[in-house]
Amino acid sequence: MSKKTNLPAGKRALDLARNNAVPIMFIIICAVFIPMAGFSPSYLLNEIITRMGRNLFLVLCLLFPIMAGMGLNFAMTLGAMGAEIAVILVADWQIWGIPGVVLAMILSIPFSALLGFICGTLQNMAKGREMITSYIINFFINGWYQLIVLYIMGAVIPIMHASIMLPRGYGIRNTVSLLNMRQCLDDLLAIRIGGVKIPVFTFLLVGLLCLFIVWFRRTKLGQDMRAVGQDMEVAKAAGINVDRTRIISVVMSTVCAGFGMVIYLQNIGNLPTYTGHAQIGMFCIAALLVGGASVEKAAIGNAFLGVILFHLMFIVAPGAGAFITGDSMVGEYFRVFLSYGIITLALIMYEAKKRMARSKAGQELAEAQKKEEDA
Amino acid sequence: MSEKKDYNYNSPSKFNDEMKTIQPARRPTELEKAQLGTMTAMVSSFGLPRIIISGFLLVLFILTPFVGVDLPTQITNIINRFSWNAVLVLAMVPMIHAGCGLNFGLPLAIICGLLGGTLSIQLGFTGPMSFVMAVLISTPFAVVLGGGYGLLLNRIKGGEMMIATYVGFSVMSFFCMMWLLLPYSSPTMVYGLSGNGLRPTISLDGFYNQVLSGFLNIRIGNIALPIGALLAFALLAFLMWAFLHTKTGTAMTAVGSNAAFARAAGINVDRTRMLSVIMSTWLGAIGILVYQQGFGFIQLYNAPNNLTMPTVAAILIGGASVNKASIPNVIIGTILFQGIVTMTPTVMNSMIHMDMSEVIRIIVSQGMILYALTRKIEGAK
Repeated sequence: MSKKTNLPAGKRALDLARNNAVPIMFIIICAVFIPMAGFSPSYLLNEIITRMGRNLFLVLCLLFPIMAGMGLNFAMTLGAMGAEIAVILVADWQIWGIPGVVLAMILSIPFSALLGFICGTLQNMAKGREMITSYIINFFINGWYQLIVLYIMGAVIPIMHASIMLPRGYGIRNTVSLLNMRQCLDDLLAIRIGGVKIPVFTFLLVGLLCLFIVWFRRTKLGQDMRAVGQDMEVAKAAGINVDRTRIISVVMSTVCAGFGMVIYLQNIGNLPTYTGHAQIGMFCIAALLVGGASVEKAAIGNAFLGVILFHLMFIVAPGAGAFITGDSMVGEYFRVFLSYGIITLALIMYEAKKRMARSKAGQELAEAQKKEEDA
Repeated sequence: MSEKKDYNYNSPSKFNDEMKTIQPARRPTELEKAQLGTMTAMVSSFGLPRIIISGFLLVLFILTPFVGVDLPTQITNIINRFSWNAVLVLAMVPMIHAGCGLNFGLPLAIICGLLGGTLSIQLGFTGPMSFVMAVLISTPFAVVLGGGYGLLLNRIKGGEMMIATYVGFSVMSFFCMMWLLLPYSSPTMVYGLSGNGLRPTISLDGFYNQVLSGFLNIRIGNIALPIGALLAFALLAFLMWAFLHTKTGTAMTAVGSNAAFARAAGINVDRTRMLSVIMSTWLGAIGILVYQQGFGFIQLYNAPNNLTMPTVAAILIGGASVNKASIPNVIIGTILFQGIVTMTPTVMNSMIHMDMSEVIRIIVSQGMILYALTRKIEGAK
């Protein structure tokens, strides 16, 4: 740190710009797009705050596996699927409002934990390619999820209410209405400032998770996780059960993702049964990366900044696309392109850096050996 | 053995260990085979998931007469679908051989094929000529884009598969914009009302629809054989086989099985990998054109993504692993996978009036990929 403060101001600014290239790029994109889209500031503010309440919890759950050096957890979708099963059951039992939300959260824990455990175990079997494995697990479990929701629910698992069942007598409808649960957490303690609704209670929950993360980093387990993330071999030599620590980090991530999904669904007010979870992982990861996180390092601040910038871009892109090309579809494709592009860029940077470190270490080793030989 | 399992390839201190030989796939010795019995040995060399999948397909075949499904029609369908997909699956081979892993970046190759197809129609070619032109036009795109893709993959050795996935996505979503913005004007392809922007689905009637499948289409009893398309695949597969036995091809295999060793033997690893990526991209571009001529439509926008997972799964079902693949793997895998895709809906539907084929397809294909990724004996790169 002290080395950095000695640098001249110009160079320091350049360093800052280089380290935060992605957020700066997004700020520029947003600054260009906002006037083109022509939304009123209060509308934008309202949307951003709603989306922050909806997504922050989900984005924060990505921090645990990054801490343990397992990269971006594409399998956070598993938690979302666990939560969706819980929400379907709660909706069938007609338990609404706050009790319904709380029950759905509690009920999602066993599902998400089990799926997280499976995911962690499989990732331990594929060390060095955790991310692609988690990405495929995602699709694999999605197959089982569809099997359960489309064929087993109603046939084996009793579903009482015809309103959420397909007309053929088993399987769940494409959308399950959660109207009686809609925004019940957001409306609790909500305050309005000049037409902008602030869902205080949801933010309190997010704040609690942040506090938990800060506290957790200082616990023995949190320290172990960081040690495993730094170097598995060293951690193992220090007596840490590496595999167990990694599984715990994934389970924590999926369970938190389950809670996050319940918060997300109560805000939306309906459950798109077969598509609800499909894009969650991608958007959350893109948001975190936009906030300046990388594959091996992410902080709470990245999540907040990322959600704001990413969703701001998301809201204004179609309007801006229509303004530039006369076709709003171009804007919609553009925002998808940006989300994919940002993930690609982060992954490339991570792998290139890893490789550079490896070859540098190799050179150092060779030099050391040469010195030894000379001596 | 157990100590070696937990290699941390991220760690700089392990650089030297990585240079050591990579553990070869452990086949059971003769003695062990005798001890285990031939059955168990067969299971361990063939892989349990593959046995389950073959068994499942066999059960489906046995069931067909009993549930009143016409077997010859089913076989015709499987052969047809095989002829559409086999070239795409073949495109996986070079990259796996050169140690670039499974080509999840297939959308990039498909985009090259789509550019060839749409440009050929735009330039006014019709009939079989449009297919020839599509192949010719897509070739430079495949070389340039594949070359760039290869350059990128050479910089990130070890993380190819994840990055390939997202490169595929990025290119695909970029071209989603391009299909709308590029100045295409052929009335068969653009939206009728506004006159610009390509339609998501373009019919190939009058262009290269059935150009290979319809050529030499022979009926034996009730089974129709698309000889033309099968011959096209056979030609490409033979060329691939022949290539893998040339000096360059052998070098490619060496790079895939042990990059450090290959470098020591004087092989230019980066160039070989680059060549494999270009070949893979070109084959993928040809593959999508062959697929389109059978299917009868060009599908744009997000459609390229739908072919990635089935293609990767097919070659794995055929017996390939993350760094080993052969032509028989391609043929067996495509037949097994397409067999399940065609047979499950019809047999299941007539048996229990419930179409679970989509779910079964997802579980089988993703499960197969997961199995290949988590096998320890593969070693890492």
